[in-house]
This record gives sequence, structure tokens and C-alpha cells, in this order.
Amino acid sequence: MIQKSKRTHWWVIALVLLISLIPFSAFAQGSGPTDDDVNEVARQLYCPVCENIPLDTCGTTACEQWRGIIRDKLAEGWTTDEIKTYFVNQYGDRVLAEPPMRGFNWVVYLVPVVIFVGGGFLFYRGFQQWRSPDQNRKDRKKEKVKSKPSKPSENDISRVEKELRKRSQG
Amino acid sequence: MKKILLWGGLGLLLVFLSIGLYRSQQGQVGIGETAPDFELISFSGEIYQLSDYQGSVVVVNFWASWCESCKPEAKDLELAYQFYLNRGDVIFLGVDYVDIEPEALAYLEEFGITYPNGPDLRTEISQAYRVRGVPETFIIDQNGIISHVQIGPYSSLEHIKSTIDPLLD
Repeated sequence: MIQKSKRTHWWVIALVLLISLIPFSAFAQGSGPTDDDVNEVARQLYCPVCENIPLDTCGTTACEQWRGIIRDKLAEGWTTDEIKTYFVNQYGDRVLAEPPMRGFNWVVYLVPVVIFVGGGFLFYRGFQQWRSPDQNRKDRKKEKVKSKPSKPSENDISRVEKELRKRSQG
Repeated sequence: MKKILLWGGLGLLLVFLSIGLYRSQQGQVGIGETAPDFELISFSGEIYQLSDYQGSVVVVNFWASWCESCKPEAKDLELAYQFYLNRGDVIFLGVDYVDIEPEALAYLEEFGITYPNGPDLRTEISQAYRVRGVPETFIIDQNGIISHVQIGPYSSLEHIKSTIDPLLD
């Protein structure tokens, strides 16, 4: 009877061990690229079929196929850059969310900088020309102070007195 | 001087914007225009250069495996290819637009397509023809001039023949 009970215990232990393996095997299955991993790459690409929609949010069959490719490539150990290069070679530069800095693409990068710098310059010029009434008053005061006649020297005074005396005698 | 620079910069910006708008508004390469030359590398690795087929009528069909409206015409295009095969002066080229190879090969097998087909690498061919969607088919005459542009699928084998036959003796 005791032996039978021992055997039952072993069965229970074996069963518990088997059950404990189930989540482990589920974890192993899910160790490939996750949806987040795929979307991380996908959001850096655009599908030329549905313009202006990033690949991670595009719902067409073509986009689903592309996300499938990304998943396969990630599972094979490709890096994000390698995957992007693969898509560019297959479908051209326009699949990239950020166009490469070459040729006509430079316009995309230069125009905002030119607008920003030009706008800053115009703002600075406008700010310089713009004056508040208080500032103008202060400036006028400063000018008055600057234009105040300086004290005549002793030499000048004696010359003037000499001249006056000469005239009054004459 | 500063004013000239400012207005010059604005003018340049407007020119760029105009070019961009003009290009986006342009339709497909039209009838009577010279067909842009291209090189198609088929799925099996053969190279097809359009300019090599001067003197023949060339049918360039843009398609994709994800394109539902491409499917109805797929079999008819193959039938048309078989119909003209013995003449030797009608060439069919299939350009697979923005597709993935396993799906494309499965599509070709499903519809029993045997004429040369290859991917539109870097979408250079579709950009040259200013393709707006698929399916689109361009019929090019013996002198390399586009004689017909089919937007959307052909409705039947007769429809396809009606765009090719007028070019043949």
C-alpha cells in the first residue's frame, strides 16, 4: 500500500515537471522578433503603393508582405540598416522615411535650414529697427548729453576778452 | 544686394516647388511618345533590354501579386502571348511592381504565365513610365513609340488583340 502511494507521488512529481515545461516551451516559441521589433524597422520605411503612410501603420496586403519580410530578416539576424538597404535596392530610395543626403534630396535638408536662418536674420533686423517710445526718449537724451558744448579753455576766454576789449576801444 | 538675394532665394524655392508639383501631376508616358528604354532582369536571371526589340511590337505589362485587379487579365495575357508566339515579332514583358519574389513566383505559377517577368528593381521602370498603379500595360510599336496605354485590366483576349493587331502586317 505504501509502495503504491510512493509510485503515485512520483507520477504527481513527473506531471508537475511536465506542466512546468509548458510555459518554457511557449517562451522559446516567442523568442523570435516581436511585433515591436518589426514595427521599429517598419516605421522607418514607407510603402510606395500607399503614399505617405509609414509601413508600420499601413494595412494593405503589400505592406503586410513587407512586414513579413522584415520579420524574416530580423529572425535571420539582419540589422536595421541591412534591412533598409535591402528595401532600397529592391524598391528605391523613396521607401525611406528619411531620404539619403545625395543629389536632389539635399533640397529637403537645406530648405528648412535656409528658411530658419533667413527667418532668424529677418527677425533680428526687424527687432533692431523696432524701438519702444521709452527707448527712443533715452536715446534722444543721450544725444543731447553728447552734443552739450564743452567748457572753453582759459586761452580761448582770454582771446575772446582781448577781442572784445579791442572792439570797445575802437 | 540683400533684397536681390532674398527674392532670388524665394524664386528658387518656388521653382523647386513648381517642378515637384509638375512632376507629381504628370500622367503616364503617353501615346506617341518614345518608350523609355529599360533593362529587365527576369526572375530566372535573363536580361531583357527594351531597345533590343526595335522592329517588334512589345507589350509591357506592370502587375503585382497583391493586385486583385491584375488577376482577371493574367490568363488572357498568357493566351495572347501564346497566340503571337510563333510570329516572333510580338514580345511580352511582365514588370512586377513593388512586390516580393516568393509571392510573385506563386502568382506566375497560379496563372501559368510563361513569358519573361522580372521585378521592377528600385522601381526605376515604373518611374520612367510614370506608372500610377497596377495593372497598366504599354503597347510599343516597331519604332519604339507607345501606341496604346491600358490603364486597368484588359477585359478579354480580344481586347488585348485589338490593341496589338493594328500594328502588325
